[in-house]
Amino acid sequence: MNKELESVYALWKRELIRFYRSKSRVIGSLGMPFFFLTILGTGMNSIFTVPNGGNYLEFIAPGIIGMVLMFGSMFSGIIVIVDRQFGFLKETLVAPVSRTSIVLGKALGGATTALVQGIIIMVIASFLGVNFQIANIALLLLFMLMISVMFVSLGIAIASKMEDMHGFQIIMNFLIMPLFFLSGALFPLSTAPELLRTASMLDPLTYGVQGLRFILLGYSDIPFALCFAVITGFTIAFIAIAVYAFNRIEE
Amino acid sequence: MTNAIEVKKLSKHYKELKAVDEIDLLVEEGAIFGLLGPNGAGKTTLISMLVTMRRPSFGTATVNGFDIRENPGKVRESIGIVFQDQSLDDELTALENLEMHASLYNVPKKERKKRIRELTELVGLEKNLKTIVKTFSGGMKRRLEIARGLLHHPKVLFLDEPTLGLDPQTRAGIWQYIKKLNKEKEVTIVLTTHYMDEADSVCSKIAIIDQGKIIALGSPKSLKNKLGGDVVSIECEKADLCQQELEKIPWVKKAIKHDDSVDARVEKGEKKIPKILAMASKKGIKVNSVNLRKPSLDDVFIHYTGKTIREQEANSLDAMRVRRKIWRHRR
Repeated sequence: MNKELESVYALWKRELIRFYRSKSRVIGSLGMPFFFLTILGTGMNSIFTVPNGGNYLEFIAPGIIGMVLMFGSMFSGIIVIVDRQFGFLKETLVAPVSRTSIVLGKALGGATTALVQGIIIMVIASFLGVNFQIANIALLLLFMLMISVMFVSLGIAIASKMEDMHGFQIIMNFLIMPLFFLSGALFPLSTAPELLRTASMLDPLTYGVQGLRFILLGYSDIPFALCFAVITGFTIAFIAIAVYAFNRIEE
Repeated sequence: MTNAIEVKKLSKHYKELKAVDEIDLLVEEGAIFGLLGPNGAGKTTLISMLVTMRRPSFGTATVNGFDIRENPGKVRESIGIVFQDQSLDDELTALENLEMHASLYNVPKKERKKRIRELTELVGLEKNLKTIVKTFSGGMKRRLEIARGLLHHPKVLFLDEPTLGLDPQTRAGIWQYIKKLNKEKEVTIVLTTHYMDEADSVCSKIAIIDQGKIIALGSPKSLKNKLGGDVVSIECEKADLCQQELEKIPWVKKAIKHDDSVDARVEKGEKKIPKILAMASKKGIKVNSVNLRKPSLDDVFIHYTGKTIREQEANSLDAMRVRRKIWRHRR
């Protein structure tokens, strides 16, 4: 068991080292959420009324954090394809470690890097004037980590099935945008049309964004307990799918 | 002597293709064992099964006494592997790559530093530990992979084409390390290579594989001796005719055509050359050059497969297409 844990740790550390060495990529990936916050957030402020009386920038900030967590973690699933192309995958596959540990190491590593990006955007948002009222910082970090693990696992599952990066990127684009727009990151679900709201309820990110909004601002369309339960369920399910898909890789 | 590897009727089938076909094989402890054969012959598939990366279709094998089917974890702990293609993390430093391997293979923490120092000295990379692997040359990467493969003190080291794509000088260096390793660390080595002369000088035993079967087995010397006599190589026009005519001569043991030449195996070659030339001029075959030599491993290869390894290469593109098709089928 100890051996497996050390492997998980080693693979986690590897993701962090790679993340640290690719600063330009990180800055690039933070560009879009940054512009969402600064341009969309401030630009829409005047025409948008939020149910609880806050401003629009404040309203979308948790949504943008959720978006960063999802983008960062989903794309970190690409490591499976990168490893396959550059051969490192074999090194891990023949090591005397279970594939479950390999997936967990990659997932935790990717999730941690997404978490760091999420925190950076959170800091930027508060510099832009968003007044977060964080009741429980430990709960916030745990919740953010769970969202990330959930989406990394989905990314790993998809990447395990893909042959090359282009295919992966295409799928990601088709998946990420609807998930993001449906999540209620940019508009309140309570006033949305019925059909849209139903679709939103099927989107795991919805529960992430609503949960974050509750922890950060104190209000949400969905009760926090439900958000937490749904995210827990999705996280476990996606990890299982990722392990299953990764297990089926035959090199 | 005990056996490091015992292979029993090991097979791997992909649809109709028998990539490995009921191979039986023993590798003694301490040997440097060479698997030779053209691309697509089944060498890499055989190794992949021995290192538990692919499951055999039929049959089994033991590596260091552990069954590859029943105890793959134990097999993995006791072997080291250097793959045909690079398998390092390019964005990490050499040291980070080695430390990661140590974690994955559960090398005792106290020993790590010492082993890393020892092995990097062995492969001459001790000054490059802090360098990111991306900047390494092909030879340096290979040497790092060899060091990494030894970090957990495996009893058997598998090397799949360790010198492919490297310049001659680096190749010579790598073979030197391999021999040194085998001697000093008493590691059994199983390798595949295309370079016959290198296999000849390095391996203590050789198996030639073609179309999934072992077609010749023995020490390089015994394989060459088995052929016996000399090889007279005649480069000529109408090589087909030349081969047919040579086959008719009773003292020609075997005549094989490849490229634009015909290789004839005879006793006392120096005395047979004039006779061969006389035959050629009688039949109107224009001879461009004649060359006499003792049989090399190349000749052994030609003898058993009917082709030079280079000619086999030319066909390898087809083989790759076949394999790709199979790969698609399986998904």
